[in-house]
Formats: sequence, C-alpha cells, structure tokens
Amino acid sequence: MRWVNVRPGRRSAMALGAIPLLAVLAAYLLASAMRHAANPSDKLLPTPGAMASAMQALIAQADPMSGRLLFWADTVASLERLGIGLGICAVSTLLAGMVLGVLPAARATLGGLVTAVAVIPPIALLPILFIVFGLGETAKIALIVIGVTPFLIRDLAEHVARIPEEQLVKAQTLGASSWQLALRVALPQALPRLVAGLRLSLGPAWVYLISAEAIASDVGLGYRIFLVRRYLAMDVIIPYVAWISLLAIVMDVALAQISRRGFAWAHGASR
Amino acid sequence: MSALLAFDRVWLEYGDKVVLERVDLGIREGSFVSIVGPSGAGKSSFLRLALGQEAPTRGRILLDDRPLVAECGPDRGVVFQRYSVFPHLTALRNVMFAAECAGARFTARLFGRARREAMERAAAMLDEVGLGDALHVYPAQLSGGMQQRLAIAQALIARPRVLLLDEPFGALDPGIRQDMHRLILRLWREHGLTILMVTHDIGEAFKLGTRLLAFDKRRIDPHAPHRFGATATYDIALDRKPPVLLESDAPSITIDMIGNNNEG
Repeated sequence: MRWVNVRPGRRSAMALGAIPLLAVLAAYLLASAMRHAANPSDKLLPTPGAMASAMQALIAQADPMSGRLLFWADTVASLERLGIGLGICAVSTLLAGMVLGVLPAARATLGGLVTAVAVIPPIALLPILFIVFGLGETAKIALIVIGVTPFLIRDLAEHVARIPEEQLVKAQTLGASSWQLALRVALPQALPRLVAGLRLSLGPAWVYLISAEAIASDVGLGYRIFLVRRYLAMDVIIPYVAWISLLAIVMDVALAQISRRGFAWAHGASR
Repeated sequence: MSALLAFDRVWLEYGDKVVLERVDLGIREGSFVSIVGPSGAGKSSFLRLALGQEAPTRGRILLDDRPLVAECGPDRGVVFQRYSVFPHLTALRNVMFAAECAGARFTARLFGRARREAMERAAAMLDEVGLGDALHVYPAQLSGGMQQRLAIAQALIARPRVLLLDEPFGALDPGIRQDMHRLILRLWREHGLTILMVTHDIGEAFKLGTRLLAFDKRRIDPHAPHRFGATATYDIALDRKPPVLLESDAPSITIDMIGNNNEG
C-alpha cells in the first residue's frame, strides 16, 4: 500500500497525535533530571516538584505585601483586560464591518482609512497609548482593541461584501429595504465569520496583552512572568506559560462551540 | 400598448461597448417567454434590465404602462441558477422572508398571529412545490433541484407581476430537470404567471415557452465587434398544443422577418 493512502482511524489518529506531545514532555523530564544530577541547584529546567511548590505558593498563599492570592489575581486581571478588549473589538467590528460590507459608498469612503490603520504595527502605538491614556487599564485594553479590530473589520467587511449578488437581488425582489437586507441577510451571515475572526485574533490579542502588561502593570499574567524573569524563576514562568496556553485553548474551543451551536447552518448542520 | 412588460427601443451600452441595441418588445400577461442565444449575446443583460438591476442607456421599459425604476422591487420575482436562497434560513423561513419584510419594516420579523399566518402560507406554498417534508431544513442540506423548488416558492409567495428565471435548471440533472419542467408549467398555469426564462437549452426553450426570443447580433464589424449590440433576432410564437415540441416541428413556427439575417 502506498504511504499516501495510509489513513489512521479515529483512535489511532488520537494516539498518533499524543505521541509528539508525550515525547516533548519526556524529553523535558529527562533533560531536567540530567541537569539536576549534575547541579542540584539548577534553575533553567526546574523539576515538576519544584514547579509545583513554587506555584503552590502563588496559588494558595496570600502575598504578604498585597494580601492577594497572586496567581488568581493575575488570572482575573488578565482575563478581564482580554475580555473587555475583545468585547469592544467584537462590537465595533460588527458595526463597522457591516456598514462597510453592505454599503458600497461607505466602503469607498472609509475602506482606505481602515486599511491604513490596519498596517500600523500596534506595538509601535503602545507609547502613544501610554502617553494618552496613562499607565492604567485603558491603555492595555486600547492596545488590544487597536491591534485586533482593524484586521477584523477588514475581514468582516470583505466577507459581507462577498455575499453573492444573487442573494441581495433576491432579497430586494422580496421587498427588503436596505435596513432589512442588512438585518436579515447580511448580519446573520456575518456573525459566524466574526466568531471565526475572533478565534484567529486570540493569538495576537494575547501578544498585545502580555506586551502591555510586561511594560507597565502591577498585576497580570504577563506582568508576573516578566517580573520573576529577574530571578530566573523558570519554576514560575513555565507553569504560567502553560496556564496561558490552556486559557487560550479553552477560549478557542468555547468560541468554536458558540459558533457551532448558534450558527448550525454555517457548519453543514445535519437535521 | 397592452403589454404587461414593454421594452421601448431599449439600448444598453457600457462605454463604447454596445450590449443590446434597439430591443423593442412587448410581453403579454400570462405568456411564458423563453430567451435563448449564444453566450455574450445579451440574454442576461436583458434579464438584468427587466429586473431593474441596470437602467437602459436609451429607451424605456414599462411595467403595467409605468416606467420601470432601475431598482429591484417586489413586482418582479427572480430565480437564478444558484445562490437564490438564503443559506442561513430554513426552507420555511426562506419562504416567509417576503411576508416578514412587508409586515415589519423595522425588525423584519413577525410575531404572534401574523407570524402563524405567514408560516401557514409559507408551508402551503412549500407543499405546492413538493417541499412539504422539508420545512425546517437548511438549503445546504437540500439537493440542487430542491433548492430551485425552494427558490421558486420563495419568489412566488411575493406574487410578482413577472417571474424572471435566469437559467434556473441549468445546473440540474436531466431527470430532475424534467420534474422541474412539469412543476414550473403547473405553477405557470395555476397562478397565471408571466414568465421570462433565459436558458441555454433549446429543447427546454421550445418545450416550456409560449414565445421564444433568440438574442444575437444582427451585424458584426470584424474590426470592432463591440460596436454592434445584440437584439431579439427571432421572435417566435409557439402554440402550446403538444407538451413536447421537437426540433422537427420547427416549420410550424413563424419567423419574425426583421431578424432574417446574420453575419455570413
């Protein structure tokens, strides 16, 4: 049998997918054990036990300075920034993307502006945001919004504008006004695309969040890993990175579920 | 003129490219007009004009003796070859769309009794086109033929003065196409429709139409082929006697003498 025709079944596919993950884990454990055998005080590749005890302190013991459980305070702060930021992104994208997608005149007027804003590297705007909004929450949320929204607006407007002409004509022959056409034809078809865009934007959004937290903050997941970097505290950094990844995966899966539940038609729904 | 839809010396040009020239036609109420012609002969442009998607460069189009506004409206229904139904609505909601637009200007959604009535009418319409069992199914789950049935039901429920069909059965299997022919003829008779149908299938054009328009260019300038437009070169009245008219029956048709030439 040719290699191109070898297709793993459902179970064996899962097993195959698990192999590299387990291999990476095993390689880490082995390397960590070897380094600790050579130098018991090695900080670079902490053992699972060291990570567990370091994290235990952050998860369950109140910080003597602030009296907070730092791990949870960091998580809440970061998720709050991310949530507010992405929420503002979603709402403004929906408004702007719909207007640009449905109205050719609006596209002609504002399309260039959106494109111009979208090509600015958002991190380059961070100093301006800090100057304008101060070092508080606003600047961090604004960075996420500015970083993600123009891309989303362009994507959504393009998607809405690509709705087949036939559908728009058909709606008009059924008596739909511009508003009704936007509300009943364009909006429902834009929503799944918006969710898909948000899923893709989760990665960049985390990048902007952690950048902003690293530069000026006093709480947050990004703040914490950049803070403990000074002490080479890999036993905190690695679990934090794993936690951030886990949060990102959960958000991605949740958005995928929302899309599948809410917009069954867009996912080839069966009866 | 007593025509329902009249083209009064209509020209359609894009820049210096002439697409249609001097189209002068009247379409009687209740007729089933088949439109054939080679690709690029302006069949679809003709339909776009009737639909109001485009305005004629010169001439007038009259619907019920009133000039046609160059915008699509509920007095003309349409079924395209593809993409005629809304993918995000179930069959029933697709057919309710017209009622919802008419009944609720702001929300385009009906509630309570109005909604129930619209649903009942939509379900009856779907039943009529043979989709009575597929009320709550999304278009993507319907076969091509069923999607076209849905598109027809969706257009008919708005009670258009003219129904425009743009190669409606072009993408269907031959067997399904026969079913669709029976369906559209039945609906045409029962609802007293006026239909304009563009098709590539000559047999279909003869079989279904009460009148056949063949679009082509009368003259061609080999150095500037775009300078002459197409028009209805043949305008053939077909008697609806036998259900199927074969090509061998062609001598029984009358040929419009204006369109007696083509490039040689």
